[in-house]
Amino acid sequence: MVQNFDVVIIGAGGAGLRAAVEIPKEYSCAVLSKVFPPRSHTGTAQGGVCAALANMEDDSWENHAYDTVKGSDYLGDQDCIEVMCKDAIRAIMELEHMGMPFSRNEDGKIAQRFFGGHTRPVDPNEPNGKRVAVKRSCYSADRTGHVMLHTLYETCIKNQVNFFSEYFVTDLIVEDGVCKGVIAMDIATSEIHTFHAKAVIFATGGYGRVFRITSNAHVGTGDGYALCYNNGLPLEDMEFFQFHPTGLWKLGILVSEAARGEGGILKNKDGERFMARYAPTVMDLAPRDMVSRAIISEIREGRGIRGSDGTDYVYLDVSHLGKEVIDDKLPEITGFARTYLGVEPTKEPIPIQPTAHYAMGGIPTNVNGEVLLNEKGDIVKGLYAAGECACVSVHGANRLGTNSLLDLVVFGRRTGKAVTEFVKNNDYAPMPADAAEKSKKIINDIFNKSGSEKVVTLRTELQDTMMVDCGVFRNEADLKKMVEKVKEIKERAKNISIQDKGKVFNTDLMEAIELDNLIVTAEATVNSAYARQESRGAHTREDFPKRDDVNWMKHTFAFKNPNGDEPILKYKPVTLTRFTPMERKY
Amino acid sequence: MDITVKILRYNPEKDTQPYFQDFKLQGISGDWRLLDVLHEIKWKHDGTLTFRRSCAHGICGSDGMKINGKNRLACSLLLKDMNTNKPITIEPLPSLPIIKDLVVDMSSFFQKYEVIKPYLINKTPPPANSERLQSNEDAEMLFESAKCILCACCTTSCPSTWTNENYLGPAALLKAYRFAYDTRDDAADERLDIIDNPDGIWRCHTIFNCIEACPKEINITWHISQLKKRISTKEA
Repeated sequence: MVQNFDVVIIGAGGAGLRAAVEIPKEYSCAVLSKVFPPRSHTGTAQGGVCAALANMEDDSWENHAYDTVKGSDYLGDQDCIEVMCKDAIRAIMELEHMGMPFSRNEDGKIAQRFFGGHTRPVDPNEPNGKRVAVKRSCYSADRTGHVMLHTLYETCIKNQVNFFSEYFVTDLIVEDGVCKGVIAMDIATSEIHTFHAKAVIFATGGYGRVFRITSNAHVGTGDGYALCYNNGLPLEDMEFFQFHPTGLWKLGILVSEAARGEGGILKNKDGERFMARYAPTVMDLAPRDMVSRAIISEIREGRGIRGSDGTDYVYLDVSHLGKEVIDDKLPEITGFARTYLGVEPTKEPIPIQPTAHYAMGGIPTNVNGEVLLNEKGDIVKGLYAAGECACVSVHGANRLGTNSLLDLVVFGRRTGKAVTEFVKNNDYAPMPADAAEKSKKIINDIFNKSGSEKVVTLRTELQDTMMVDCGVFRNEADLKKMVEKVKEIKERAKNISIQDKGKVFNTDLMEAIELDNLIVTAEATVNSAYARQESRGAHTREDFPKRDDVNWMKHTFAFKNPNGDEPILKYKPVTLTRFTPMERKY
Repeated sequence: MDITVKILRYNPEKDTQPYFQDFKLQGISGDWRLLDVLHEIKWKHDGTLTFRRSCAHGICGSDGMKINGKNRLACSLLLKDMNTNKPITIEPLPSLPIIKDLVVDMSSFFQKYEVIKPYLINKTPPPANSERLQSNEDAEMLFESAKCILCACCTTSCPSTWTNENYLGPAALLKAYRFAYDTRDDAADERLDIIDNPDGIWRCHTIFNCIEACPKEINITWHISQLKKRISTKEA
């Protein structure tokens, strides 16, 4: 079945919904999502969304940009970061006007709190001088992502947006640098639909499920990345994957940085506030890459606590904040500690360990969401991306907490605007008659395979090895091993079989396709990481412990190798504006 | 521990009606979530077992189901908090059509949610460069209702829903409160008119099943009673 829409948006999280809000009624628009929109992973974001509103103390968007550039370890494109931080203030006001419920300060304005890596200079005339933490994160208790997602969904209902819920996109149709639409499976029936579109927006979220311990939902399987890569489009900076320092021990469930923003502290087994040794100025509020490295270093040096599952953890202590602050400001995350670990955070510390959290890299775009065809900056006509799946790049080598929710609404809107202009001025590119055949064949092949490999076995092996060999600390030997492991798993995946051969709501089939997507993201991540011989942001090479601006201040572009070998890697320079790279100390 | 799980199965391509199937699992840890148990079955024993899930920690609202007779999220319930000496019974959410196994058709649930106009309606333009002011006390009045994750555990646990398919149900009414009590919203009367009818708020007979079912521990009945009071006062 072929359907025509001016605009097709894939994904109904923050970026997809914000883009949908922007498309005027006179253009037909379909939003496809593999889950109901309010199930999207944006809803799990907790701590806040940053903008220099200065509701609590002096602040400026330049301060925010300075922190974002420094947080990115100077890999973020500074022109794009300026766009985001400048637009942040308007974006937050817009969310408030849409009805997003925020916590408020005494003046009835949006309340703001501390967050990792967000600072201001003590002397405003000396931005490179001493800096202290600043209250910049706008929040709604510790459910900021949840209320943002719901507010955007509500606005879409108001605007009568056309949703195709539980549709799973199986192919992207792009020929000679022109996007023509997508192929999607209606999960309820396994029926294949062709969506012929003037413009397609990918807002498909991240791929944290490639790691064993992750804060990401089961749906975070990198579907958008794989669709682009398999169609010859590049993936940018995939070696930069953020490990959030405070995942709930064993489970990886996020315990927001807001816990530290409100005054929570990290302690090792001796009860020492160890961050004082790693980031003397901001301590527990250092950026995530530094805190995760500090935790793993403490554990490696014997100052972690051995858990019953054989893994090590350290403590996040909020007990001194008092029951009232905990219940008012951190109800959700302390609830997780009670439910899942039986820990009472008002009385005892919470066991935590780093958890795979966020992809800084992704589908390369410019500030208008237009997808780049190559490292030279040529664009794919009619194809756009926004949100975690995209790499603008505003997060560079390490994202600051709260900047992801901001990214969704700033670039979701900009992409929606650019797409509106595009569909106004362009007609449908012809859709090939056999466009759906590849998807049908993939699905039929999975149904007909009778190999001995199981999806769960391969996925678990991939997740376990990625965690060990491509985690917080990396080195040549481990990465080489992982490059080979990905090849092996890719080969073995040709030999899988599934048990459910039915047409109705076949999640067995979906998991098989999702595995292939995860393997793609692993291939791009590991090979990009293996090539990058320096340590920058979240990419820490034990064999190359220093940042190397002379050779490596550049973005990786990984292209699928047509002969099936390791990806072809190319590089694009970083855009600098007003911020001179210097050593990153906190 | 060893456990027996009794799951209501239904595949419309094969079965004329749903039936229970037992799965016996060995060496399971009490720390497991019910969702982990379902994954163990799907991944190791029977790949055809079908259920929705996503975030696995009680925020996305995908895995509402009836567990030992009560509507719960499978990801927010640990084995050690249950009696595992008896078989654990898992069924789909009641009163919605079953698509397959534990997956139900949610369309009527979302339609009812849309009826109450679940979005802010403000008839004056917002200030150009700042937020609409709201005291923290007024903001916090919304927080409990805004916690709702639309999992449908409450609505499908309500006997009034079982006997009248047109009843809006607790989730939609809770959302009506969320907007009617927002100081920034100008359409409270419009919303109250929508729910002021026998299939709306008056179908709530304060049975309290919704509160017991809510995985986010929202006192839904209290919110509904606030709306009832407000409608009564308005009419008087």
